[in-house]
Amino acid sequence: MPVSRFIIAVLLVLGAHSGHGADAVTVGSKNFTESYLLAEIAAQLLESRGYRVDRKPGLGGTKICYDALIRGEIDIYPEYTGTIKSAILNAGPEADLDTELEQIGLQTYSPPGFNNTYVLAIRESVARSGNLTSISDLKRADRLRVAVSHEFRARNDGWDALAAHYGLSLPVRSIEHGLAYKALTDGSIDITDAYSTDGELARANLTLLKDDLGFFPRYDAVWLGRDNLPDDAAAVLALLEGRIDEQRMQSLNALAVMDKQPIASVAARFLRESGLVEDTGADTKASPIIDDLIGNTLRHIQLTLVALIAASTIGVMLAMVVQPMPRASSALLYVCSLIQTIPSIALLALMIPLFGIGWLPAVIALFLYALLPVVRATLTAFNAIEPDHLTVATALGMTNSERRRHVLVPLAMPHIIAGLRVAAVISIGTATLAAFIGAGGLGQPIVTGLALNDTNLILQGALPAAALAVLTDLLFDFAERRLVPAHLRQKR
Amino acid sequence: MRARLATSPAQLQPAQGSVTLRCMIAELQSVCVDIGERRILHDIDLAIPEQTIVAAIGASGSGKSTLLRLLNGLQTATSGTVLRNGQPLAAESLRDVRFRTGYALQQIALLPHMSVRSNIELPMKIAGRDPAAIATRVIALSQRMQLTESQLSRYPSELSGGQQQRAGICRALALAPELLLLDEAFSGLDAITRSDTHAQFLDMRNDEINSCLLVTHDLAEARRLADYFVILSDGRIVRQGPKDEVLADPQDAYAARLIEQCL
Repeated sequence: MPVSRFIIAVLLVLGAHSGHGADAVTVGSKNFTESYLLAEIAAQLLESRGYRVDRKPGLGGTKICYDALIRGEIDIYPEYTGTIKSAILNAGPEADLDTELEQIGLQTYSPPGFNNTYVLAIRESVARSGNLTSISDLKRADRLRVAVSHEFRARNDGWDALAAHYGLSLPVRSIEHGLAYKALTDGSIDITDAYSTDGELARANLTLLKDDLGFFPRYDAVWLGRDNLPDDAAAVLALLEGRIDEQRMQSLNALAVMDKQPIASVAARFLRESGLVEDTGADTKASPIIDDLIGNTLRHIQLTLVALIAASTIGVMLAMVVQPMPRASSALLYVCSLIQTIPSIALLALMIPLFGIGWLPAVIALFLYALLPVVRATLTAFNAIEPDHLTVATALGMTNSERRRHVLVPLAMPHIIAGLRVAAVISIGTATLAAFIGAGGLGQPIVTGLALNDTNLILQGALPAAALAVLTDLLFDFAERRLVPAHLRQKR
Repeated sequence: MRARLATSPAQLQPAQGSVTLRCMIAELQSVCVDIGERRILHDIDLAIPEQTIVAAIGASGSGKSTLLRLLNGLQTATSGTVLRNGQPLAAESLRDVRFRTGYALQQIALLPHMSVRSNIELPMKIAGRDPAAIATRVIALSQRMQLTESQLSRYPSELSGGQQQRAGICRALALAPELLLLDEAFSGLDAITRSDTHAQFLDMRNDEINSCLLVTHDLAEARRLADYFVILSDGRIVRQGPKDEVLADPQDAYAARLIEQCL
């Protein structure tokens, strides 16, 4: 049996290459440059020591990373001590990190060696003209436009606490962190929160306001992980201990953000320069754009298609079941509309405690979003059917299932197709957010591009997604022409 | 009961044997129908024998459509008995009864998503007839009803009102039913088309059409097509009998006015 022998040979080869195959390490990261870089550095280092590494980069926030960790969807991700205390443990700065983490089955591993605390960055010209050097000075300035990241706005140790600590009463808005520097240099805002290791700080014309009243706690970078990480993997991470100080991190960030170097190349270069990994010359090449594009697009199609197929079968069936009962119909519509009002990113976050991160929760969230257009279209379709047609069907002696097959479904089909069309286009758009919970797709370059302030990268996700939506619409148009006689088509 | 039998349409055709042995295609015995709080039909007695065209005549709201719908179980009786071939209508026999009952209504209700041919074929497909027999039957019926091959392959909405009406009657006759129910089936047609359709109907009555209950508000149509009159007013039968007897002697004031209007 040459085939089975071939398969065995392939398995053997794969087995030999996977090294510590059984205990593969899954490395996650949040969706900002430094987190991507640290995760990639850890991943490449582990790989160089023979580990198989699954990467889950760009998870959309602390809660998503933490939930993923608790559920064992990821093993480690880069985190900061201050964040762990305030956002994860809800504890004060004096709390003992190790004891508290132990109780929830987590621990920190070897700190790389820098403190990435929050700083307030202000445009240099504004600082000079107002003679602003410390946060206390902001009390004198009431005309400044402050915009902080969504996370900083909401954190216990974020803007509100800072403003109370310093007695500030400046109005504040929220802005996506990836856009904040652009907004600062454009002059559309004056102040934002920044991380002290941000690459832009070194190169943009920005002044950092002194934390003169000592508000910000320390945010020492650590690996936050489950406490069952194999000892030898922990030993590999320990190789990084103390290797990255603030300046080093700033320059690594700048390489990625300002010089647009791929994360993988920056990580590889760092590991090479620190002598942790020998120069292989192979792993530094970024994969060609076209490969990423095809991969992301296929993944995107897969996500939407599975969600859509599930939504159309289950949605149509649900609608059929409740259709004869007006109360149940409106209840179903009500529930579907309710789901629709949950912001997509919130719905995705809600999925994590139930289904973890990655493919499954993304598909389920997309499915829930697609349900409303499908159910509404199907119910409308059934209710719009001429009662005489149903009477005739009954008078012909049809059973219920014959009536469904010959009359109800074919007459409802134009409406249902129109509903599916709406659902499909919505799903393609919403699926770009799935990248926040590690499901990949065309949202991946968008999320990374936002984090790296890289318009090219954003377009690599946004353009194919838009093209996909248009193509889908055309496909439905074609299907409608083929499946529905002209006089029954939905007027649009 | 005796009084009713004395004027029953069976007596129109003495050649077909004694009254008592004649099998009734459909019978209503003391039937009442309530819809919600309202009584739509009061104490209806009616018998439809073989080879008889019965016209139920009355104003709209008189209950004549409800009366018709009792006979194929689209409407259930609140009290009284509905018999088909001497058997009470029962849920388990309903499908079979409907196969033996043709039904066409004013709004035609050809299914818009299938061709005219598929519409005519549908009852035979549901009844499980074999494809060859279905094809033969469609050809025979459409020729009788003067529908062309090209009209058969179009969608109903591409046909004129009269053509749709004829297709609707073809569908109702597809399974060669023992009883044809026509609910204002010729209303809504222009006078000439209507007259032509009437002629086609009469042409078919000796072979294709066995018994028929024809609901109409038009006495002239009833006169032309029916053998036996049932005149309804406010849910009651105010007069029934062989056409000529009713026309000659309306007996009831409402029936008399109705006939007077027409003559």
